[in-house]
Amino acid sequence: MGEIQPDRYRARYAQRTQGMIASEIRALFAVASRPEVVFLAGGMPYTAGLDFDAVSQVTESVIRDVGATALQYGGGQGLPELRERLVDVMAAEAIPAHADDLVVTSGGQQGLDLVAKLFCDPGDVILAEGPSYVGALGAFSAYQTAVVHVPMDEQGLIPDALEQTLGWLRDSGRTAKFLYTVPNHQNPAGVSLSTARRERLLELAGHFDLLVVEDNPYGLLDFKGEIRPALKSLDSERVVYVGTLSKVFAPGIRIGWVAAEGPVRDKLVLLKEAADLCHSNFTQYVAQRWLADQPWFEQVCQSREVYRERCGALLDALASEMPGDCSWSEPTGGFFVWARLPEGLDARELLARAIRARVAYVPGQAFYADGGGGDHLRLSFGFSSPERIREGVRRLAEVVRTEMELVRALRVRTPGTARRPTPSGSAPGTHPGTAQ
Amino acid sequence: MSGTQESLRVAVLAGGLSLEREVSLRSGRRVAEALTDRGHRVTRLDLDEGLVDRLVDADVDVCYLALHGKAGEDGTIQGLLDLLGLPYTGPDAIASAIAWDKGVCKGLLVRAGLTTPDWIALSSDAIQDMGAAQALDRVVERLGHELIVKPSQGGASMGVRRVGAEEALATALVSAFSYHDVVLVERFISGAEVAVSVVDRAALPAVEVVPRAGAYDFAARYTHGATEFYAPARLDDATLERCRQAAVDAYELVGCRDVSRADLIVDDAGQPWLLELDTCPGMTETSLLPMAAHAAGWDFPSLCERIILLAAARGAGRAPRTAPVVSPSGP
Repeated sequence: MGEIQPDRYRARYAQRTQGMIASEIRALFAVASRPEVVFLAGGMPYTAGLDFDAVSQVTESVIRDVGATALQYGGGQGLPELRERLVDVMAAEAIPAHADDLVVTSGGQQGLDLVAKLFCDPGDVILAEGPSYVGALGAFSAYQTAVVHVPMDEQGLIPDALEQTLGWLRDSGRTAKFLYTVPNHQNPAGVSLSTARRERLLELAGHFDLLVVEDNPYGLLDFKGEIRPALKSLDSERVVYVGTLSKVFAPGIRIGWVAAEGPVRDKLVLLKEAADLCHSNFTQYVAQRWLADQPWFEQVCQSREVYRERCGALLDALASEMPGDCSWSEPTGGFFVWARLPEGLDARELLARAIRARVAYVPGQAFYADGGGGDHLRLSFGFSSPERIREGVRRLAEVVRTEMELVRALRVRTPGTARRPTPSGSAPGTHPGTAQ
Repeated sequence: MSGTQESLRVAVLAGGLSLEREVSLRSGRRVAEALTDRGHRVTRLDLDEGLVDRLVDADVDVCYLALHGKAGEDGTIQGLLDLLGLPYTGPDAIASAIAWDKGVCKGLLVRAGLTTPDWIALSSDAIQDMGAAQALDRVVERLGHELIVKPSQGGASMGVRRVGAEEALATALVSAFSYHDVVLVERFISGAEVAVSVVDRAALPAVEVVPRAGAYDFAARYTHGATEFYAPARLDDATLERCRQAAVDAYELVGCRDVSRADLIVDDAGQPWLLELDTCPGMTETSLLPMAAHAAGWDFPSLCERIILLAAARGAGRAPRTAPVVSPSGP
C-alpha cells in the first residue's frame, strides 16, 4: 500500500506558487483557439496587416549589416540606438523622455514584472483600476501582493474613489506601493481617463505621496488620432511609464520599455540583468531599423483604421443582436469592449455554453484580483475580421438569450447583491473594496 | 519495443473541438512519446475536416484514441473508424455512446442490479418549456439535501458542483447546463473516492483519491500536488474485491473493450457505488489509469503498448489497406 506522488517536488515549491492551479477556464481556451471558434477573447493585434516585404528587408539588413553584434549578448539597459527611437515613439504622444532613462524589457509585461519585483514585498498593497489588465494582476500576484481595486466609470478611474481608498488605507496604517493604471483605452474597460481626471489623479498622488505606474499600450491607437496627455508628461518624477511596441509594431518581437527616473532606472537595469542578462539584440536591432527606416507611424495609422472598422462592426452587432438588458462600453480606441450581462448571468458559468456555440470571450472575473466582475465580459475586436465579429456576436447573443431563459425559469438570484459599476454609465460604487 | 514486438504504425488521435481538448492533447502527447520510445511509428492527428484523408494517407495499423469529451468518447469517432476499417483502442460506437451518457449508463447499471447513487435527470427543455423548476423541491425531497449536480455528458469534472440547499441547486443547474443540455442531480454519497481501471477484462489495483481541498474538481485533477493518491486504495481486502468486481461488471455490462476506468465512492459500510465509467481514460501525469498500471508493476510505455496491441489484434484479420486500388480512370 503506498501513496503515489505524481509531483515529488511538492514540498519544495515557494509559497508564491500556491495560487498557481490548473483552471477550467484556461482549459476551455484550448478549444477557443481553434479556427472554428470566433475568437473575441485575446488582445492580439492584427499582425497580418504589416508590410511583410518591409519587415523582411529590415530583418535581412540587420543580419547583413550588424549580424555579429545582433547575435551577441547586449547591455542590460537595452540597445542605445533603439532607446533613441523609443524616445521618438513617446514623442508621438508628446511625452518628453531621454534615451538614458529607458530600460528595454521583454514586452511591457516584463516591465510590469520588474516594477513589482522592485517595489513590492509579500502583503504590500497595489492599487489598480477595477477592472484591471489580467496580465498585470498575474505579474503582481507572483510577488504575493494585495491588489485593491478602484472603481471606474465612462471617464476612467474615479478620483473621489481613489481618494477614499487612499484615505482608508492611511487610516488603517497602510500605504499603497503604487497605483497601476492604463489611462488610454483601458484593458479591459475600453475607456480613457479624462484630462481633468488626470490632473486630479496627480494632485491626489502628490497629496498622498503615491507612485503611479502608467501602462500605455494603446495610446497611439485612438480611432481619431487624438492624443491624450500622458501622466508621465504631466508629472515626470511621480510616474513610472511602461511602453510597448506590441501594438504599434508586433508582439512577436517582445519589445517593451520602462521610463523612470535615475535611481529607479538603475535598479531596473540590475533586475533586468538578473532576470535574463539582456534583451535579444537581434529583435532590438529589428525594432530600431523598423522605427528608423520604415514609415512606422503610417503603419500605425493604417492599423487603427482597421481597428476602428472592427470596433464599429462589434458595436453595431451588439446593438442589433444583444438582448435589451445588456450594456457595453463604446471605446474610442484600443482593442476592447467591456460588456455587462443581464442580471443573474455569470460570465464564467456562461463560457462553456459560448464555446459550445463556438464563440469565445474573457469572463470579467479575470480582471479582478478579488473574484468580482462576473457580470461582465471582455470582447476583443483587434484580431477577427468584421464579418467574423458579426458572426461571433450573433452566436454570443443566442447564448445569452438561452441562458437568460434558463435563469429566469430557475429564478436564480445573482450571487452577492452588489453589482459593479460599469464604464458604460451606471452610478459608480463608492466603497474601495478589499482584496487582501 | 518490448521483446519481439513488431513496430506498428500508430495514429494517436488527440485534441478535437470538445471542451476537454487541452486534457486530450496532454494525454495524446504522453502516449505518442511513450509509443515512439518503444519503437512504434507514431503519427499524431487532431480532429478536423481533413481527418479522414490524413488517416487514409497515414496507412496505420491502429489508432490510439486519446480523445476526451464529445465526438471522441461518444461513439462518433468510433463509428467513423469502423466505417474506414481501422482498428482503434477502446470500445465500439455503441458501448462508447452508452458509457458517455451518464444517465443512460446509470440506468443500465441499475437494471443489472449494480449499485449507483439515486439520481434525477433534468433537461433544459424541461426547465424552460415544462415548468420543471417548480418541481425542484421534489428533487431534494427524494434525493436529500446533499447533492451532486453534473452534466449528463462530459468529463474532467467540468461543470460539476456539490450543493447543499435548494437555492444553490438552481445555481448549480445553470452551471451544469452550460456544458450540456441534460443534467443529472445525484444523491451525494459520503466516503472514499476510488477509481478502478480495467485492462482487457482484468481490474488493476484500485487508486484512492484524496483531494487536499476537499473536492476532486478540475483543479484537483490537473494541478500537480493538489490531490493525494494511494494505490492500492486504503481499504480492506473484501472491500477492494467488491470494488474490483463492480468495475469489471460495469465493463462487461456496457460492452467495453481494452480499457475502462470506473469511478466509485465506497461508503462507510464498505459498499461501492458506481458513479461513472470512462472509456477513454486520461493518460496525463495526474491521471488515474497510469497510476493503477504503475501499482500493477507496468511502466507507462508498457501500458500504452498493451492497449494498442489489444486493438491491433482486432485488425489482424482484415484485408491489407495497401492492396492495389482500382484507378478512378478505370483499368
